[in-house]
Amino acid sequence: MQVEQVKVFTRPKTLRPVVTHYCPGCGHGIVARLIAEIIDEFGIAEKTVGVAPVGCSVLLYNYLDIDMFEAAHGRAPAVATGCKRVHPELAVFTYQGDGDFASIGTAEAVHAAARGELITTIFINNAIYGMTGGQMAPTTLLGQKTSTSPQGRNSKVAGFPIRMAELLATLEGAKYIARTAVHDPKNVIQTKKSIRRAFETQLKGLGYSMVEILSQCPIGWHMTPPESTKWVQEKMMQYYPLGEFKISKEV
Amino acid sequence: MTGNEAIAEAAIQAGCRHFFGYPITPQSELPEYMSKRLPEVGGVFLQAESEVAAINMLFGAAGAELPCVIVNIMRGGPGLGGIQPSQSDYFQATKGGGHGDYHLLVFAPHTIQEAVSLTMDAFDLADKYRNPVMVLGDGNMGQMMEPVVFKKNSGLKLPEKRWALTGAKGRPVNLIKSLYLDPQALEKHNLEINRKIQEMIANEVRVETYSVEDAEIVIVAYGTVARIAKTAIRVLRERGFKVGMIRPITVFPFPYSTFEEISGDLRKFLVVEMSLGQMVEDVKLGVCGKAPVEFYGRTGGVVPTYDEIVTETERLFKGVP
Amino acid sequence: MEKTAKKSLYANVIMAGFGGQGLMFIGKLLAYSGMKNGKHVTWIPSYGPEMRGGTANCTVVISDEEIGSPVITSPQALIIMNNPSLEAFESRLEPEGFLFLNSSLITQKIARNDIDIISIPANDIALEVGERRVANMVMLGAYIERTKVVPKESIYDGLKGFFGDKVKFLDVNIKAFERGISHSE
Repeated sequence: MQVEQVKVFTRPKTLRPVVTHYCPGCGHGIVARLIAEIIDEFGIAEKTVGVAPVGCSVLLYNYLDIDMFEAAHGRAPAVATGCKRVHPELAVFTYQGDGDFASIGTAEAVHAAARGELITTIFINNAIYGMTGGQMAPTTLLGQKTSTSPQGRNSKVAGFPIRMAELLATLEGAKYIARTAVHDPKNVIQTKKSIRRAFETQLKGLGYSMVEILSQCPIGWHMTPPESTKWVQEKMMQYYPLGEFKISKEV
Repeated sequence: MTGNEAIAEAAIQAGCRHFFGYPITPQSELPEYMSKRLPEVGGVFLQAESEVAAINMLFGAAGAELPCVIVNIMRGGPGLGGIQPSQSDYFQATKGGGHGDYHLLVFAPHTIQEAVSLTMDAFDLADKYRNPVMVLGDGNMGQMMEPVVFKKNSGLKLPEKRWALTGAKGRPVNLIKSLYLDPQALEKHNLEINRKIQEMIANEVRVETYSVEDAEIVIVAYGTVARIAKTAIRVLRERGFKVGMIRPITVFPFPYSTFEEISGDLRKFLVVEMSLGQMVEDVKLGVCGKAPVEFYGRTGGVVPTYDEIVTETERLFKGVP
Repeated sequence: MEKTAKKSLYANVIMAGFGGQGLMFIGKLLAYSGMKNGKHVTWIPSYGPEMRGGTANCTVVISDEEIGSPVITSPQALIIMNNPSLEAFESRLEPEGFLFLNSSLITQKIARNDIDIISIPANDIALEVGERRVANMVMLGAYIERTKVVPKESIYDGLKGFFGDKVKFLDVNIKAFERGISHSE
């Protein structure tokens, strides 16, 4: 009996064969892979430029085999704007964490979307500052304990977590806005679909696109990886509902 | 043309096709002019949401170790300060405005015609060294109008921009970054930047000397103050005082050696600035203790008049403390 | 034959009034005319919040030689359009300097007696020629006639450059300018 061997799983070409710096159980690595798959599927590796600013996201340039910028903290959408305006033929995306996109760089985030810049933002929301060791993020949930909210986030002191997807969806220039998660296979598949739609929105020249991805940070949350996926499902998704908040009919 | 408009036009004639800026007095005419002119030459004008966003858009357009030209039209500080002319950013411009071991090449024009030619040179040198170049003016320079002539570009042969991010078609990928977590790697990076800086110091110093041959007092001034000082020097010469001037055209690299060369009957240097004496330190380094260095300055947006400079110089001649 | 060494030209003037009275415009027009006559010129405005409704002023220098300071402490001439500007600049005029006063609006007494005062009811003249906004041109006419800094023809050329084919505006500006000239004669 002859057995036919079919390759069903392989490393995307755009993903470099290197070990990442991400902690065990982290969602970043999954998203990096999904971006690489989408770039390969569109066949745009030679015309894509990525922008990674400060945070756990910054080292993305070590993992993707494409031209990449490292940007100052919070400024990735401005850097991407400059790049895209000068090279409109390129596909340009930013890869930002919550400290970057929802705190220090909110002005750039909002204005890039308001201008309808033809760029895509992949926004990792893990409700914590991962790289600096687990401090409170603008997306930290109420009651969530971090190294700078040791009693749990209190709205009287630290206000409320920001829902970036809903916020940006109100802007005319934003044409694809979605929130997804990567804590289980079903949601990983949905995330990939959203990243594809976001890139499509850009490539078709429709406007700004952003995918907010709820991502587990077991080390920052002081949990085991299984506990962290459960926390995404039970806690994060309650405050941050998944879905497509804005989509063009052309996509 | 106003200085702001002239600098904008010079930039366009030097080949500038992309402008990211934010309006603020006293330089708002520059983005205004760019918004009108750039589309005519097929360029991109974008008004950013903030100055911070603007410089980062520039970063995106070009990349780290940026070959870019930054125009700083100085107003009084600190903080928000005022909107009247000043030279309060000398330290920031010449000693490094951010952290790290680096310098900008900094031009300080004193007329609008000079602002035009230096802006055009600035684009060439930014490309040559792959380093930001600053044109340091002040509110007067930005708002003032003078006739200007636009001369042809230098035609300097510029290095190919192999480092630019354009999509990695047919070449290995490029990466633009300033993060080097390994201290050995960062040291190597800094040494390479320093090599370029040393090259600038060796090759790019520009300075004007004015009536210094027989001068007993040499005024040191740059930008707007230098032209006010020229009027003061004419008045002083008419009254029989032997006065001259050294005018740094590049404030980084600073023309230290010019100060070493001035000797003879020299009694004193008088540094005049629209600040409380930021350039004095560089002058003292150049003079190296061979003559006293005095200072006269106005700050907060007050422009020193030639009368004030005349009075101050005469006071020094009389030896009045 | 009388030997006359042609004295080289150096002239400066500060023009001041309310924002909207067209001082910046006549300043630029004068500088432009100087440039067209091959002179070195500088024009420098006061700028900032005071330009909205308060006093606005500009300084013009025209010279055969390279101009040092564009900022003038004691001007040779003043064109003054309102009371606040008179207060601000009267003391700065150099002795024997020209003070061109808009007597339609200026009610304050002149304290100095070492200067040459030329009073022109510029707003009244402007109304007579049919356009209240051209009081500035009346003042410029008076200034040019008295100082001869640039030939008046070059002002006409400059105006044509600014107004192009808007003949109506051009005509009324020229008319106002000429009334200023004849008033100053």
